[in-house]
Amino acid sequence: MIRIAIVGFGTVGQGFAELLMKKRNVIEKCIGEYRVVAIADSKSSISGNFSIEEAIRMKRQNGRLRDDTGPEEIVSETEYNLLVETTHTKLDGGDGLRYIKAALHRGCDVITSNKGPLVADFEGLMRLARRNGARLMYEATVGGAMPVIKMVRKYLAFCDIVSVKGILNGTCNYILSRMEEEGLSYEQILTEAQELGIAEADPSFDVEGVDAAAKLVIIANTIGVRAKFEDVERVGIDKITPEAFKVAREQGYTIRLIAEVSKKELRVSPRLVPVSHPLAIKGTMNAAMFKTDTAGNIFLAGRGAGKEETASAMLSDLYELYAGN
Amino acid sequence: MNELLITLIVELEDRPGQLLKVLEPISKMGGNIVGIVHQRGRKTPLNRLPVEISFKIDGRKVERLIETLRLSGTIIRSFNEVRLTATTSVLLIGHLIHTDISDTINSIDIDGEAECVEMHVSMPEVSGPSTAIVTISASGNDKLKEAIGKLREICRRKNIMLIEPINEDPV
Repeated sequence: MIRIAIVGFGTVGQGFAELLMKKRNVIEKCIGEYRVVAIADSKSSISGNFSIEEAIRMKRQNGRLRDDTGPEEIVSETEYNLLVETTHTKLDGGDGLRYIKAALHRGCDVITSNKGPLVADFEGLMRLARRNGARLMYEATVGGAMPVIKMVRKYLAFCDIVSVKGILNGTCNYILSRMEEEGLSYEQILTEAQELGIAEADPSFDVEGVDAAAKLVIIANTIGVRAKFEDVERVGIDKITPEAFKVAREQGYTIRLIAEVSKKELRVSPRLVPVSHPLAIKGTMNAAMFKTDTAGNIFLAGRGAGKEETASAMLSDLYELYAGN
Repeated sequence: MNELLITLIVELEDRPGQLLKVLEPISKMGGNIVGIVHQRGRKTPLNRLPVEISFKIDGRKVERLIETLRLSGTIIRSFNEVRLTATTSVLLIGHLIHTDISDTINSIDIDGEAECVEMHVSMPEVSGPSTAIVTISASGNDKLKEAIGKLREICRRKNIMLIEPINEDPV
């Protein structure tokens, strides 16, 4: 029996819990029986006897869970094998970093969707996991539904990864591809994206390339390039003019925000992309191209965000951890 | 076709029709003029005018062209050729004109091994930022990278946004 504790119960946490209910049959066929033994958000929690359904209903109706016990206590005192950590991203690691460390210290596996802790201390967390015989899975931190991390760690395990180039932020890709289509200014398209809920009221995290850079740091460390957030050369998209798309188009190019890691490069910046190139994708899609020594180029594309998409990446971690149990 | 980029510096007498004498043979042999720079301030002691002409041409015709120019009495001060095996485009956004675009573009030049061969500027408002796409050709990928590196440096200094190509063959 796998006992799961969930900390962070916003969109992603709830999305994951819902899939645990909806797909119980297929999941249990692979990993055996499981139970969610505790759920905590920032102020409240539920543990003991409860159903996932009940917890979700409570959270949606009351904005909180049943008990006053906070996340710290849940993480350090409940009996579980797996901690699912979906708290908000803070680049210094934030609360998530403490929760993950606490779980790994206890020898518990962790699945996280939170970039912050990995950006803040990738090496430290991996070492802590190894030392305690625990495993830290983080597929959902990069590229949403695209299996970027497993592609590198598993399917390209013995390849030398020469470079990874990716579109890792759907908001930026939406803004750029709309600017291209409509010939409108950055500000006009940003407003549209905000009205559609694609961009935040404060869009700086996305449009300045912070989000993409955080993801790039995680990819870099995964392929063995030790990198910190400050190492990323970062240029945002807010200075791109509509004319830029016109003159680029005449030479067969479009413009996309590309995150690139290789032994020489670590940067997030707008780049000219040939219109026929697979990375010239449109809308909120994410994509990644892996250049390897023996496998040539491998290309992934998919949805980079969304409740179920993120949860699906976390389920793939669940499979990876426990399939064949 | 083995296309070369030729940079030719000739000395012309300062009277009408002299430039045409040089351009005609280039054009007749299928050469494509990329740029002409008059250096009016730098007249020679004999009152001749140095003119720099850049053009692309089929490599097999270069020798015959130079011969033709010499026979017609053109004084050739120097010429060099760049085998253009690598070409790419970069995009510049910012106050390009105010920050001396020709100085910016000249930074690409590496011993004649890399050059700007084409440029298209779009300037929607005089006071606003302008946008330019610049095509750079070089003798090889290394030189091309070096040229882009230099351009990157100067753009950083001038607060110009440089958008580089991703340089990847389409799958």
